Amino acid sequence: MTDTRIVPIVMPKWGLSMKEGKVTGWLLEDGSKINPGDAILEVETDKIAGAVEAHEAGVLRRRVGQPDTVYPVKTLLGVIADPSVPDSEIDAFVSSYVAPAAEEDEEDQGQKYEFADTAAGSLRYAKRGTGAETVVLIHGFGGDLDNWLFNIDALAEKATVYALDLPGHGQSVKKLEKSGLAAMVAALNAFMDKLSIGKAHLVGHSMGGAIALQMAADHPDKVKSLTLICSAGLGGEIGSYVDDYVAAQGRKDLKPVLEQLFADKSLVSRQLVDDVLKYKRLDGVEGILKSLSASLFAGRKQQDAPAAKLAGKLPPTLIIWGKEDLIIPASHASLLPGARVHVIEGAGHMVFMEKASDVNNLIKAHIAG
Amino acid sequence: MTAPNSTAGIFPLDKKGLLKAYRTMRTIREFEERLHADFAKGDIPGFVHLYAGEEAAGTGIMMHLEDKDRIASTHRGHGHCIAKGVDPNGMMAEIYGKVTGSCRGKGGSMHIADLSKGMMGANGILGAGAPLVCGAALAAKYRGDGAVAICFVGDGASNQGTFLESLNLAAVWNLPAIFVVENNGYAESTSRDYAVAVDSYVDRAAGFGLPGVTVDGLDFFAVYEAAGEIIKRAREGGGPALLECKMIRMYGHFEGDQQTYRAKGELEDIRANKDCIKMFSQRVTEAGVISRGELDAIDREVVAEIQQAVASAKAAPLPTAADLTTDVYVSY
Amino acid sequence: MARKISMRQAINEALDQEMARDPNVIVMGEDIVGGAGGEGEEDAWGGVLGVTKGLHAKHKGKLLDTPLSESAYIGAAIGAAACGMRPVAELMFLDFMGVCFDQIFNQAAKFKYMFGGKAETPVVIRAMVGAGFRAAAQHSQMLTPLFVHIPGLKVVCPSNAYDAKGLLIQSIRDNDPVIFCEHKNLYGLETEVPAESYAIPFGEANVVREGKHATIVTYGMMVNRSMEAAAALAKQGVECEVIDLRTLSPIDWDTVIDSAEKTGHVICVDEANPRCSIAADVSAMVSQECFKALKGSIQMVTPPHTPVPFSPVLEDLYIPSADSIAKAVKKSLAH
Repeated sequence: MTDTRIVPIVMPKWGLSMKEGKVTGWLLEDGSKINPGDAILEVETDKIAGAVEAHEAGVLRRRVGQPDTVYPVKTLLGVIADPSVPDSEIDAFVSSYVAPAAEEDEEDQGQKYEFADTAAGSLRYAKRGTGAETVVLIHGFGGDLDNWLFNIDALAEKATVYALDLPGHGQSVKKLEKSGLAAMVAALNAFMDKLSIGKAHLVGHSMGGAIALQMAADHPDKVKSLTLICSAGLGGEIGSYVDDYVAAQGRKDLKPVLEQLFADKSLVSRQLVDDVLKYKRLDGVEGILKSLSASLFAGRKQQDAPAAKLAGKLPPTLIIWGKEDLIIPASHASLLPGARVHVIEGAGHMVFMEKASDVNNLIKAHIAG
Repeated sequence: MTAPNSTAGIFPLDKKGLLKAYRTMRTIREFEERLHADFAKGDIPGFVHLYAGEEAAGTGIMMHLEDKDRIASTHRGHGHCIAKGVDPNGMMAEIYGKVTGSCRGKGGSMHIADLSKGMMGANGILGAGAPLVCGAALAAKYRGDGAVAICFVGDGASNQGTFLESLNLAAVWNLPAIFVVENNGYAESTSRDYAVAVDSYVDRAAGFGLPGVTVDGLDFFAVYEAAGEIIKRAREGGGPALLECKMIRMYGHFEGDQQTYRAKGELEDIRANKDCIKMFSQRVTEAGVISRGELDAIDREVVAEIQQAVASAKAAPLPTAADLTTDVYVSY
Repeated sequence: MARKISMRQAINEALDQEMARDPNVIVMGEDIVGGAGGEGEEDAWGGVLGVTKGLHAKHKGKLLDTPLSESAYIGAAIGAAACGMRPVAELMFLDFMGVCFDQIFNQAAKFKYMFGGKAETPVVIRAMVGAGFRAAAQHSQMLTPLFVHIPGLKVVCPSNAYDAKGLLIQSIRDNDPVIFCEHKNLYGLETEVPAESYAIPFGEANVVREGKHATIVTYGMMVNRSMEAAAALAKQGVECEVIDLRTLSPIDWDTVIDSAEKTGHVICVDEANPRCSIAADVSAMVSQECFKALKGSIQMVTPPHTPVPFSPVLEDLYIPSADSIAKAVKKSLAH
């Protein structure tokens, strides 16, 4: 177990409720050479499907997990090692491997989510890591902090990371003190004040990007850098997604709407659709979503242009886009002079889920300056 | 010739009130007699139960009510409807099964309702209105709006468990609910004396812990005064009561009933001596408060109105196939 | 959504939140507070199984203990509903409907149609259903089919705490009379339930497990039994789709038909007695609409056509088991 030449590949834990996952298939053959970030095998949970990626370089020496089989989180699925390690040692490693005991549920959940009683009402958030730099993750329209399940732990390796539910979203208050973007910026500001976050790297997705931009314009002292992922607030166009999302009443209407978010439509599982439906059915949510969409995206046009207010005083800014984004076109990535831009192939609006490793590495490098 | 307007010391209503009562009773009578005639001609589908002869009771009670007060009626409900303010044109169209009817042709004679007038429905199930009235009275009490709710049953339905359970519930919850037993002597063809074990409804009420009053239901003024007292008490939080009105059914249980169960000469005696409207007319004209001419004028107007209601009902459109599946949740 | 609560707590919370939201919502029934008029504890029971416990203190005057007089108080709830209230009446055990059925099926169910659409009757009648409680024949029957048969009534039977809360809130907000069936053996079952209010629309079945080989259509406690059967079958390579109907009237035919057309094998699992049951109803609809897609005969898994027996050994035999469900799936697949 302490042999650093042998690296286990285990069933990952994506998000709070994941207890087990199903191996749907291996993407690499035995003996394949592996580089950090390579997708090794595919795993499906009741909420989401994704690829397990390599953190270390080496050779795929053993595929332990069988396709179409369900394994608990942290179960050994495969082994990466240098070619010089004899097969007998790999055998011994596999046979003696003991999965670390799963954390107790309550304890686990206790540290996963917290609530901040802010001037904008009760806001739910998650906090990870203890690094010197502070990162705040801001989800998009209709999303919540769980959108960051593939990112938050990776970013927390180097920084203190907060992810919040915006008002009207997730488990935060279902009431807006102001309307539109102003309400969201006020809530973010109140959240940072409440938790004494002085200056942070803001990472915003979609509407969250527009909030980050407006925050930088209104409170430049609180923004160290911006990462804008498939961001609103840069251009005018926006697809029918917001209207469709608000209008969808049942699973059948909602599934095709959520499929707009991904380049790989198969990522939209029944559980993902059900979770969004459960959120949409909370009292107050429909009204808030309607009011937000009317304010931000009336007539399928983005109504706010916060980026324009930052001309000449843009903090260090990274823009990431999924090339196949159907909600906000990837061409918007080039609309902000002075920003570094990465457009990622094979990903849609949820690029930070679909290409989590690439996005995490870009953000880590950006924060490191 | 117009009689003097003052009724003080003679009647509990002013002249306007008396004229209104007369018009209501005459409208009910004309409505029912017209149905009697047209049913015999085969113009009307289904079952029809006539209120003719019982007008003084329904009218004497309903004169105290407003739209916010609720009533639950019986299968013999036309009189209650008219006295509670339901439009006779809509009622007639309903009885003819027309889409312009009170219930769009879906209820018929036994299910006429108009909740905007506080009329919670005639009811084909005997005694079923009693629990409903407890609910209406509960709503009034909960809201504190001073409304009352009145349940009508015949002597037949006064034996139903729902009625007896409701007497207890209304007493336990001290509801502004009033239970009126319209005792016309017959449950369908079975006499009241055969089917009701106690002689007095006052005793039956006492058994449930609420006051009971018996009045001559043919005497509009007796009903009016007894009902007034009970209703006032209920509005003021005094709780439920039972009112028995002893009355006469001029026609059979339903139209087509040959009434062979009646004694020889009983119907002739009713027509000649026990017509509550004749009795009312006699009282007010003899007192010199209202002239025969004034009553005759009302008669002419009422006949014309009902004539018009029948003509409109006959001319009105029938429901269409599309109406079959509306007004209900259809899951299949 | 990390909080887990029992179905009993979920129902209590739905009543609590709806009474707080709308002053027209009141709750009535036998012993729903308990101890009325006695010298002992107030709120002594909170319902015979404690579902309404604690609500009396929070909502003074809105919970009414009734005499043991089902016709009168169920009828009163219906009458109050016709006058603009939104009463939730608890019938305790659905088996007691026999003494007040007229008020439900001749009055509440028919007002809207019979009065030409001019009456709304937003009443909810909550009652315990189902066997497995050693409560014998008069306190255990699954009588859902009787109510589904009546036009104008809506019939709900949740299988878990999340659905129970959202469906009860929808029942209270709905303008039609709703029969809300609570399986007494599910009261203790905990699932994740948001603390906030939410309503689940009627007529939307829940696909609780996806599968390609066979479709199990069910509701109530049988959802849990069917999931056990599906898990066992999955180990043998048979992937069942399990559909929780959630509301029996309205019923989500689309989801049933889509799944039947996908798998070609339909197993209807119902805790009601077999004749004229929900299982029979679903079977008839599937055979009518999906005849060409069917690859095996439709199976019904129900108790025998007997009253619910008392002796635990007999009662356990009476209730459809995961094993009997799995056998029915295999029988259809063998065709």
